[in-house]
Amino acid sequence: MTESALKETPLHALHVALGARMVEFAGYAMPVQYPTGILTEHLHTRAGAGLFDVSHMGQIRLSGADVAQHLETLVPGDIKGLAPGRQRYTLLTNDAAGILDDLMVTNAGDHLFVVVNAGCKHADLAHIQAHLGGKVAIEAQFDRALLALQGPQAAAVLLRLAPEAGSLGFMAGREIAVDGVPCFVTRSGYTGEDGYEIAIPADQAERIARRLLAEPEVKPIGLGARDSLRLEAGLCLHGHDIDATITPIEAGLNWVIGKRRRAEGGYPGAAVVAEQLANGPKRRRVGILPEGRQPAREGTPLTDAAGNPVGTITSGGFGPSFGGPVAMGYVDAAHAADGTALQAVVRGQPRPAAVAPMPFVPHRYYRP
Amino acid sequence: MSTIKFTQEHEWIRVEGDVGTVGITDFAQNQLGDVVFVELPPVGRKVTKGGDAAVVESVKAASEVYSPVTGEVIEINQAIVDEPAKVNADPQGEAWFFKVRLAVPAELDAMMDEAGYAAFAEGQH
Repeated sequence: MTESALKETPLHALHVALGARMVEFAGYAMPVQYPTGILTEHLHTRAGAGLFDVSHMGQIRLSGADVAQHLETLVPGDIKGLAPGRQRYTLLTNDAAGILDDLMVTNAGDHLFVVVNAGCKHADLAHIQAHLGGKVAIEAQFDRALLALQGPQAAAVLLRLAPEAGSLGFMAGREIAVDGVPCFVTRSGYTGEDGYEIAIPADQAERIARRLLAEPEVKPIGLGARDSLRLEAGLCLHGHDIDATITPIEAGLNWVIGKRRRAEGGYPGAAVVAEQLANGPKRRRVGILPEGRQPAREGTPLTDAAGNPVGTITSGGFGPSFGGPVAMGYVDAAHAADGTALQAVVRGQPRPAAVAPMPFVPHRYYRP
Repeated sequence: MSTIKFTQEHEWIRVEGDVGTVGITDFAQNQLGDVVFVELPPVGRKVTKGGDAAVVESVKAASEVYSPVTGEVIEINQAIVDEPAKVNADPQGEAWFFKVRLAVPAELDAMMDEAGYAAFAEGQH
């Protein structure tokens, strides 16, 4: 795909002005890093506040009578139990319980505010329309901007522009004016740090982004550091760690399915999930720590100590805050216990590795 | 008297007598970003022109480093294994990768000189 064929977010000109290296991601030209580099951006996000452009992700507004009940026919999460102003992580599943996408749903009072992955957003919209069309009002807001402000200084910074944001707890969200602009702000993110995601009308996005970047704690952060931050936090990336062939139970996302939904079912793949909850899945997502300094990346085969294949790494790299290589992947259930010795076969060479608990860097979500 | 030559894969080789010192260019380290791991060939390994010789890994990705020439590895730079960030700091100086005894000196003839490489790298942006 040539660069001219790529879509641009409302912050494209700002990225270029900031000296970003732009790459293709999900059909968009996106900043992978700024001149300071991924290592510095990653560490800055854990120490200060990082500003990410995630406008390529999809925003969908669902409304109408019984909208939560209707959405529950597509996801295993407890949406009916989501109080106004509360947000939840959930999954679109298929009949085999495979994960079509992961998404964030916020009860915005008179509607559900849904954020889905960039690479899946058109398929998600078609899926939702096919199943819920005529039952609920579906409004894609794919032209709106989305900024993520992440890190221990994020709250102090945002409060200067949006004093109302101070009362938001973790996994809460509502309409809040940011520097006078009506935005939808949630206290959530994808780094393991405290922070916010801010949905903004496209024509105000660059002004708000510049306003945030003018604060001394804030630096622009690209998709490269976003990936290393979420990997250290043990968070799944759709298309890599989860996809339409992997179930929530295999992925270790059992916590996504609340007690009522386990009992009632009523979503695609519920029978598969119930079976795997009862008997255990055949494979499981685990954290993997390679010994030494060499990263073991996506696609690296995993074997037991004797060299028999037991799984594959689905995300792997160097963890700048961890200070060494970190990875996650799928292994046979018999090899999933923490501490199990494995080998990661990097470019044909078996290297010692071990199953390890995640996250690799402790979460620091805001829990008052 | 030494000469420095460059490959289209962004390696450099500085030749003195029949020994070449090999590294990656400033353009290459800039494209890679923060280097976090370097794997070097063992001393004594026979390398071939254009064949795999070393691996350099950034936060984001792993990249092969190819030998610009055919020959035998006679020395490696342990300093960049111990401190991979040196590759970003001084790629065409202190952070050389390995030294090779040239088996086919004529291989150098087809490689770019400094001005030729600068023009080539400019075209890669």
